[in-house]
Amino acid sequence: MAEAEVNSYVVLGAALFMLLNSAAICVYAERRIASFIQNRIGPNRVGPLGLFQPLADVVKLLLKEDVTPVQGFRTIHTIAPMIPVVTALLTVAVIPFGDGIYVTDINAGVLYLLAAASLGVYGVTLAGWASNSKYSLLGGLRAAAQMVSYELPLGMALASVVIFVGSLSVVDVAVAQENWWFVFLNPLGAVIFIIAAFAESNRTPFDLVEAEQELVGGFHTEYSSMKFGMFFLAEYMHVVINSMLITTFFFGSYHLPFAGYWLPEMSTTAKAILDITVFTGKTAFFIFLFIWVRWTIPRFKFNQVMSLGWSRLLPLSILNFIVIAAILFAINA
Amino acid sequence: MATYAFVLLAVLAVASALAMVLNKNTVNSALFLVLNLMSVAGLYLLLHAQFLAIIQILVYAGAIMVLFLFVIMLLNVDEEESLFDKFRAIYLVAFLLGVVVFGQIVYSLGGVTDLLPEISADMAYVGTVEAVGEVLYTTYLMPFEMTAILLTAAVVGALMIAQYKVKTSDQEE
Amino acid sequence: MIGIDWYLALSAVLFIIGVIGVLIRRNAIVILMCVELMLNSVNISLIAFASHHGDITGQVLVFFVLAVAAAEAVIGLAIILAIFRNNLSIDITKVNLLRW
Repeated sequence: MAEAEVNSYVVLGAALFMLLNSAAICVYAERRIASFIQNRIGPNRVGPLGLFQPLADVVKLLLKEDVTPVQGFRTIHTIAPMIPVVTALLTVAVIPFGDGIYVTDINAGVLYLLAAASLGVYGVTLAGWASNSKYSLLGGLRAAAQMVSYELPLGMALASVVIFVGSLSVVDVAVAQENWWFVFLNPLGAVIFIIAAFAESNRTPFDLVEAEQELVGGFHTEYSSMKFGMFFLAEYMHVVINSMLITTFFFGSYHLPFAGYWLPEMSTTAKAILDITVFTGKTAFFIFLFIWVRWTIPRFKFNQVMSLGWSRLLPLSILNFIVIAAILFAINA
Repeated sequence: MATYAFVLLAVLAVASALAMVLNKNTVNSALFLVLNLMSVAGLYLLLHAQFLAIIQILVYAGAIMVLFLFVIMLLNVDEEESLFDKFRAIYLVAFLLGVVVFGQIVYSLGGVTDLLPEISADMAYVGTVEAVGEVLYTTYLMPFEMTAILLTAAVVGALMIAQYKVKTSDQEE
Repeated sequence: MIGIDWYLALSAVLFIIGVIGVLIRRNAIVILMCVELMLNSVNISLIAFASHHGDITGQVLVFFVLAVAAAEAVIGLAIILAIFRNNLSIDITKVNLLRW
């Protein structure tokens, strides 16, 4: 177990600051990449290259009227947008950003991540219910069913990583990938984890929760102003968080490929800078993957989402887990 | 510090439990139960049971209560009429019964309160995943396997009960 | 440091609230939730005993209680769904077809 070298409050502050800002950067990146994929220009008027566009978006959201449905449930309607933001912020507590750079190392870190992810479903579901609108309710119900279903393959994929490490601490998972990333040892698990992470963050091709052709705006049909802004923020923070998780569990965390074999000894500062750069670079790539997929692949039907989750991914992930466990047992025995 | 945390969590747990029982709206009841489960998870942390605290949130708050909410929303039932607008004899009976059972428990607690041990010093190692897992897979392996069978049976049974089209009679003919 | 008797008292209070809830509510889902509350209060006292005796067995028992609670919730909700499909209500006073 690597000792914490940097003060955890410093790491926490920096991580939260970066996470909140990364949502704004993601919005800009999403619009630019979308326009690139669709062969148009995209936002380019506010500031150089349209870089201040997220700022303009936020100002617009803040100045809009905040509408609450008269027949809705006011308190829950107000609380619901905060839940996904809070659960997204909770996750940075256990993610290691570099060698010894983490907020805290708890011995059930992987379970903690799963628990935080499983609480996120309340935001969307309650928002759908409190709006007292058919479209919102359908969106909320879909969210509940979909996120509960995809937690199982997600958990099994994580379990197939954990048996390599022999520890539920996320820091240990990161340290164990110094030589071999788990994507090389466990490629099927990586694929399952990435698909389940897409479903958990409600992104296309799994964004049935807000499918605008069928459900108007899905769970946020009745939301406006900064309450909608919170959902918007939460969606992009979940994209960032899930990219971080994919990086941490399968793509070597802060390690370069096979770093243990060739990377020379470095001073602590240089290593820290390298680690954070590598981690950020990989995370940025997976954020790009999220956006790329969104503008390339069409949306599933709901029955397809359910059958993919329950009758394809779940058996596959269990099988993957059993095979890996058997091989590891044979090697160690 | 631990004392303040305990008082806060205990008050939160009792208040949310009361609110759950007394609330007319089923969804609000479910949400208060979630709050109660979370404060209980906090109490587990105070007792150095980190693994179970996280499992409590993961299983109870994250899975079971979402299932409850899902069913409540799916059925979309009317609110039952207010609890106290019409006095019914059963309220009195329930309250008296509650008081009697509570008195019993407190009485039996009072009898043994001097015999109870202080919190054990080596608990910091006991609540971890490794410790729980080790006991679970050695001493309690058999009950663990039976839990698996129980859960499988529950899932199959729930599917059979809740299936929309139970086997129609003309198939048997 | 809080003594174990406080945890046991809290557990008793929560248990009683659960019992009263089961007795006075008519909504089947709320009754099921009150049963969960009672299981939960038992878990508190189990964990309190486990950590005060320094014995892991109590925690393992809580683990089993959690599994049983999950199974119970699933079956209970399935039964409630079936009842609702038959008489469009989950008020337990209206489920009286088998009473006489």
